[in-house]
Amino acid sequence: MRAPPMTTATHRLSELDVLESEAIHIIREVVAEFERPVLLFSGGKDSVVVLHLAAKAFWPGKIPFSLLHVDTGHNFPEVLEFRDKTVAAHGVRLVVAKVQDYIDDGRLAERADGTRNPLQTLPLLDAIAAGRHDAVFGGARRDEDKARAKERILSLRDEFGQWDPRNQRPELWNLYNGRHTVGQHVRAFPISNWTELNVWRYIERENIELPPLYYAHEREVYRRDNMWRAVSPVSPARANEIIELRTVRYRTVGDMSCTGAVDSAAASVADVVREVGVSTITERGATRADDRISEAAMEDRKKEGYF
Amino acid sequence: MTLTIDTQNLATEAVVSAPEGTLFRFATAGSVDDGKSTLVGRLLHDSKAILADQLEAVTRTSTERGFGGESGGIDFALLTDGLRAEREQGITIDVAYRYFATPVRSFILADCPGHVQYTRNMVTGATTADAVIMLIDARKGVLEQTRRHLSVVALLRVPHVIVAVNKIDLLDYDEAAYRAVEASVRLVTAELGIADVLVIPVSALAGDNVVDRSERTPWYDGPSLLELLETLTVIDDLDDSGRATEAFRLPVQLVLRPQGAVVVAPELADSFRDYRAYAGQVASGSIKVGDTVTVEPGGGTSTVTGIDFAGVALDEAFAPQSIALRLADDLDIARGAVIAAADTLPPVTRTLEADLFWLDPRPLAPGARVLVKFGTTVVQALVSAVTGRLDLTTLGVEPATALAVNDIGQASIRLSRDLPVERYTQNRRSGAFLVIHPQDGATLAAGIVTAPGEPTRAGDGSGAGSEVSP
Repeated sequence: MRAPPMTTATHRLSELDVLESEAIHIIREVVAEFERPVLLFSGGKDSVVVLHLAAKAFWPGKIPFSLLHVDTGHNFPEVLEFRDKTVAAHGVRLVVAKVQDYIDDGRLAERADGTRNPLQTLPLLDAIAAGRHDAVFGGARRDEDKARAKERILSLRDEFGQWDPRNQRPELWNLYNGRHTVGQHVRAFPISNWTELNVWRYIERENIELPPLYYAHEREVYRRDNMWRAVSPVSPARANEIIELRTVRYRTVGDMSCTGAVDSAAASVADVVREVGVSTITERGATRADDRISEAAMEDRKKEGYF
Repeated sequence: MTLTIDTQNLATEAVVSAPEGTLFRFATAGSVDDGKSTLVGRLLHDSKAILADQLEAVTRTSTERGFGGESGGIDFALLTDGLRAEREQGITIDVAYRYFATPVRSFILADCPGHVQYTRNMVTGATTADAVIMLIDARKGVLEQTRRHLSVVALLRVPHVIVAVNKIDLLDYDEAAYRAVEASVRLVTAELGIADVLVIPVSALAGDNVVDRSERTPWYDGPSLLELLETLTVIDDLDDSGRATEAFRLPVQLVLRPQGAVVVAPELADSFRDYRAYAGQVASGSIKVGDTVTVEPGGGTSTVTGIDFAGVALDEAFAPQSIALRLADDLDIARGAVIAAADTLPPVTRTLEADLFWLDPRPLAPGARVLVKFGTTVVQALVSAVTGRLDLTTLGVEPATALAVNDIGQASIRLSRDLPVERYTQNRRSGAFLVIHPQDGATLAAGIVTAPGEPTRAGDGSGAGSEVSP
């Protein structure tokens, strides 16, 4: 890993240095205070950054917890390939919970609209219970959504994984209270205070590898809900939708069935930093059909146990 | 509140092309209906931090609720009041964190609720803030909630206090009316001992003195709100030569001892076989390789042989860096220990006097058994007495025997174990603690040490007693 650029002469840390140290502090607190933490790892940029921070937090030791991915069956194949490669490189254990298994045996039913994002909650809660995890790290950021903007860094969930926004613990100074009762667990968000631009600048500074679809590439797409959707077996174009070959990239990576690409020529991380800095649309607004269901779509899902 | 805004020109290249700046954290506070959300919306909008799709969503909802209509009016509160209950009741319940940047600096804004029952969230926002902006309705002046919030700000020693006298447009930009409010503000802040308070006449709705200085307040010659935020110093106190003013403290989070299970290159693995370092975030001050340190519990002394930051060896580290410290001697150091600059820790004690910000609906009565968390250590404690309560009308301390939610009170606390207790006024990080319910784990209060008790005598069983692991 590269040395962080620090200005010891003035005893002033840069914005990224402050955010990095804050995140490492949170990760270490959770590992110290909980029995069985786990990191939700999708291969998306935010979870990749949290994994990188965890590696830094425990150097020269290994990351002392395992990873968990809820595979909806609609993931981009190149992201899954990247996920497995990254897990192997860090020498950590990955548990994959599959939505498809739940559909196959009838515990979950396919939705009429074909999206599987809302179906993740049950396999997630089952996997947390099966792994007896008392803390679950996630890469959520407060700048993503109005409901996330209100969530604590350590967020207490009941045995149904539910978030109670009206009854959150006060979070004071940098003193995190991780105490919980049997059945409860805590969601921990070390990069709560990072913006999309912070994440990209950090990826640039630390030279962190990402799945290739974050950068400009040619792809067969069609227009739906004002965004470019990839042509794939789980997200075919309808008869009236015109398939085009366009140069696009993804700002967020979720399911093929609900994540849209944006027109972009940003082929390098430096290009992306420039692009994000001048974007007039938020990343979820630009690319997530699932957040458009209602004004409080994210809050409703979080109350049900979503991350 | 409605206002018409320009939907064009929403982003600026200047922010991204600027060299990486500093991070500044501030919180907003004030009574309900003082216009906090409108001010926040104005700051975000005028600094171009509201993006097109957010604006579209808020505009749509504003129109559905009858705001502005075709004139394009916006209810800015909808930008930060993200929860269903908040939208339904038209109030802010919880702290909303917002992020924006100017070419000079990046900001984390904690937008805090104004209702009395949510004062605990205001305390949350203020503990991490470099500055607090107190909003006052120019027509109403200083209210009880203003006093309550200013008391919180004063006791927590928030480094910068800005009082924004809002809705100055509704007073027709009248200087005399503003001066009267300003005088009453300064009376209260003087009583509370807030040394440095900055008062600004603003109109969040019309934008006066928020981002740009207003021509409608020619009698005010100070900076705009954003100008102030861009120039105030950040929380970690530095003296003129850029050195930290507080002594070095490292609360140990965990011991890094990989015992051969290392991620370094195979040819280096042998040299890391006996690696042992103490991981933590520097709470205050700075440390150099070669410095002598004292460790509590135990009072042992050693020399710093290395400072590691994820594989990079540093010569020096300072707050708020997360580091791993290597020492020359094999001391018994575990989570909860404090590594400090030599001879700077106070003697350990088992009693202390504290100010408590009571945050739980269940009242505090003397004799309560609780847990307290200082840094990375959690110990059992007993509230032996409640000695007073802040009267928000007189700003004096009145006798009390119990504390209710939102009370700011004084209490005597007994600890089950010796701790090097420091005054909050001497060290903001070391002197702060949480009071935690021993059964359900709720955070009951924010505490700050006003006076450590008598030092525990040597041979008094120092270090003994029950430590509670979380």
